[in-house]
Amino acid sequence: MEILVCAKRVPDTSENEIQPNCSGTDIERDDLVYSVNEPDNYAVEEALQIVARTGGNVTVVTVGAEEDEEILRREMAMGAARGVLISDDAFQGSDGRGVAAILKAFVETGHYDLILTGVQAEDGCAQVGGMLAAMLDYPFASLVTSIEVLEARKLKIGREIEGGSKEINAIDLPCVLSIQTGINEPRYVGMRGIRQVASVPIPTLFASDLGVGADATGGAAAKVRRLDYFVPPAGKGAEMLTGSREEVVEKLMDLLKAKGGLN
Amino acid sequence: MARIFAYIVHKGGVADDTAAELPAAARKIDATAPPVAIVTGWGAGLDKVCENLRGTYREIWKIAKEPLAYPNAELVRKALVNVLPAGSILLAPHAHFGVDLSPGLSIKMNAAYVPDVVDIEGVEGAWLKAVRQEFGGQVSTHIRCDLSTGAVLNIRPGAFRPSTGAPADGQVVDKSAEVGALAARRRYLETIAAETGDVDITRQPVLVSIGRGIGDQENVALAEDLAEALGAAVSCSRPVVDAKWMDKSRQVGSSGQTVRPRVYLACGISGSFQHLAGIKGSPLIVAINKNPKAPIFRVADVGIADDILEFLPALAARVREETCVPGKRGAGHD
Repeated sequence: MEILVCAKRVPDTSENEIQPNCSGTDIERDDLVYSVNEPDNYAVEEALQIVARTGGNVTVVTVGAEEDEEILRREMAMGAARGVLISDDAFQGSDGRGVAAILKAFVETGHYDLILTGVQAEDGCAQVGGMLAAMLDYPFASLVTSIEVLEARKLKIGREIEGGSKEINAIDLPCVLSIQTGINEPRYVGMRGIRQVASVPIPTLFASDLGVGADATGGAAAKVRRLDYFVPPAGKGAEMLTGSREEVVEKLMDLLKAKGGLN
Repeated sequence: MARIFAYIVHKGGVADDTAAELPAAARKIDATAPPVAIVTGWGAGLDKVCENLRGTYREIWKIAKEPLAYPNAELVRKALVNVLPAGSILLAPHAHFGVDLSPGLSIKMNAAYVPDVVDIEGVEGAWLKAVRQEFGGQVSTHIRCDLSTGAVLNIRPGAFRPSTGAPADGQVVDKSAEVGALAARRRYLETIAAETGDVDITRQPVLVSIGRGIGDQENVALAEDLAEALGAAVSCSRPVVDAKWMDKSRQVGSSGQTVRPRVYLACGISGSFQHLAGIKGSPLIVAINKNPKAPIFRVADVGIADDILEFLPALAARVREETCVPGKRGAGHD
């Protein structure tokens, strides 16, 4: 099976505190630690496990800039056969639909049986996979937590729905699936693994290579645009307990006694 | 202004809570024209939902088709594309079905798509101004969305307060005939119910709930020790389950369990809306997180900015002093 995984390099929220910059035009990007979007890692792992059973190859693609190459290399160190960077100044300001249009053009340059994305990225949009599927006229499923290859052109998949229940579907290939975290345990990648793929060439494709133009991508074509970043309103806000740890523990004990927290 | 429609999620003949919230979002787009409810399904359950929506919506479009007996997003999308007028604005809840349906639907409608909308600030010309959150709620953004070819807006459940007003005395309009034949390349097979674990966290009066901040599997024992001292149980947020440190049955949230404790100790939990959606019954929420800017402090009643790995043992020791339950404390002096 030929599998394409769409990945993205994002600020790592477990390493960074995210806040708007002083003018609100962007988040504060000084000193941010970046990594591969966590759900995308699960998608790559799932792709690798499928090709280990069925044969085939895993390709990882990202739409971004030169520095995004590092996540492609990381996923290649996990075992992906090929990494592809799609980068062009003309793509600046693309909305989700624009990114999906770029990926559609790339998909049409190859023959992929299965396309995976992470369930969502740092913006919480969870949109590109579903849009890409609709543009390609492929079937789609989101929040996928299990994949079983039934026969050559069919998968049995589980989706996460409410209350911890799982919805089981059969889906025809080719299709697009968005992968939920927890579907597997992504393998560890050490420095040695990264070094082994350090010299593998990663091709960069431009808008002209893919035949996508300003009518479908970039800021001019975008129907949706982010205007600014700001600090969310505090709401009622928590009453912060302050003082030494011992004092805070005492205050909390009083509250727990009053609210039935001590059984 | 384009017509506004509200997609109604329902199950077992009962409409989801969001059915009452979407009109509040619609009013912020156009206060003069109430939205039309769209309900797809099959059988008596569908009729019951439509009947009950007559109190909330003035007009309800019913789409009754046997293949829609289970809400398969691919089939629902086809039905909606056939029924919705060009340029429509469709509101849907941003939950597991909306995430499945809406991105692809926006492409097939050639409409704009804005996911997970938490507020709407109005419309100027063809532009809608909405509010979203990024990075798990750490920052908010204003979004401008072009309505000129229609829009699909996924609305965060719970973000808009249900409107109270005079009963709408709505009319049910059967649109089934406009849908045409429905076939999909993804077929629903079955639903597997959540596994029940060793402890039923939905029945616990006090929960010590841990998140990513617990850091490592061996630290889970710190929460278990505090829970033992308190006579409580340990629950958790999604990253702890993803890391296989706790069982799925312990997960609180929209994709886990819904809990109704008296006291909820959120330890090292950032506070994503999916997690908070699983906490009901207005418990005392105490958040303990070393990041004083963690989103959880915006919704908690009481906040403590401290490292849970040090705070939890200190609290457990103090609780044991109070309740005289012998614990796992040090051997003391000799």
